[in-house]
Amino acid sequence: MDNATIDQIIDKHHGEASSLIQILLEIQGQNHWLPKEALERISERLEVPFTRIQHIATFYKAFSLVPKGRHEVHICMGTACHVRGAQRVLETVEDLTGIKPGETDLDLKYSLEIVNCLGCCALGPVMEIDGTVHGNMTPATTRDALKKYE
Amino acid sequence: MDEILLTIDGKEVAANEGMTILEAAQKIGIYIPTLCHHELLEPYGACRLCMVEIENRGRIQYVASCLYPVENNLVVRTRSEKVDKIRKMILELLLAHAPDSRDLKELAEEYGADRNRFDREASFCVHCGLCVRYCAEVKQKFAVGFVDRGTRREISFVPKIAAEECWKCKECFPLCPTEALQAAYVYVQDITAKSPFKLVL
Ligand code: SF4
Ligand code: FES
Repeated sequence: MDNATIDQIIDKHHGEASSLIQILLEIQGQNHWLPKEALERISERLEVPFTRIQHIATFYKAFSLVPKGRHEVHICMGTACHVRGAQRVLETVEDLTGIKPGETDLDLKYSLEIVNCLGCCALGPVMEIDGTVHGNMTPATTRDALKKYE
Repeated sequence: MDEILLTIDGKEVAANEGMTILEAAQKIGIYIPTLCHHELLEPYGACRLCMVEIENRGRIQYVASCLYPVENNLVVRTRSEKVDKIRKMILELLLAHAPDSRDLKELAEEYGADRNRFDREASFCVHCGLCVRYCAEVKQKFAVGFVDRGTRREISFVPKIAAEECWKCKECFPLCPTEALQAAYVYVQDITAKSPFKLVL
């Protein structure tokens, strides 16, 4: 992500320090992670100390300080999904992508994360890819769903 | 400014509005143990060691004296069976993180705290925030800050700023009640090996 894009996002929020989290969220959304250079640029422009930005960026789970894949796969491991076989869904995804929860593959295609409830237990086991919910997953439908993402 | 009258350990104290119980106690020479408090810094209320018992219209409460503002007719007890018990527990929890801290060991003796009561989880930093706040509030350099949260929270130097500022300051070192700060600093010094402060330490 280049400085021009970052500046554009900052300008949209009038360079106000109170919009720090909004700015971070927007960069995270577009870029999938927060590079150090971006944080330094924000620190400079908003006149917010770098330590403060670092504290916030490491505090919230929504932010990542390491590169994330193009597709974010969330697998629900909440009670309802768990008893309906979420473990097998997770194993299928791990097999297909070669990564464990919290990791990103080398091609930056997928990031895998387990979550504790997506709020639609009746559809369990649930897998969410880039915000789209896939319900009633089996190992076979998991495989098919993953294949659709490039 | 309005005078406020309160009682601390049986002694009448006249304090100014906006003062904390801790400040009022210090004014008349009553000692309350503190860990995260520093006169130059904004009150923080992280360690809770300064916990005292207060009685207000018959109600008993336990509050952090470094934060709690004085009130008229307040009755404060800086030691009581329960206060001592609370401080002992806090010390035992802190000692699980920093078992060799001199400050903590001294206080532990006073309150009969057992440093082996809880399983060691030596992270050394007890999150008092003295270094972080001193650097931000007094020196305004922001060279050291907290990262992450909950049980994974720790202090972290910004190597770039540290390389420029820290070697000639180091004023936060003696503030740290444990040795975590020095350890973190030496670590940063190592990863920024190019910087001049290799020679300084
Ligand atoms: S490193 Fe020391 S001074 Fe800094 S927060 Fe931790 S215990 Fe406090
Ligand atoms: S001195 Fe009051 S909470 Fe630490």
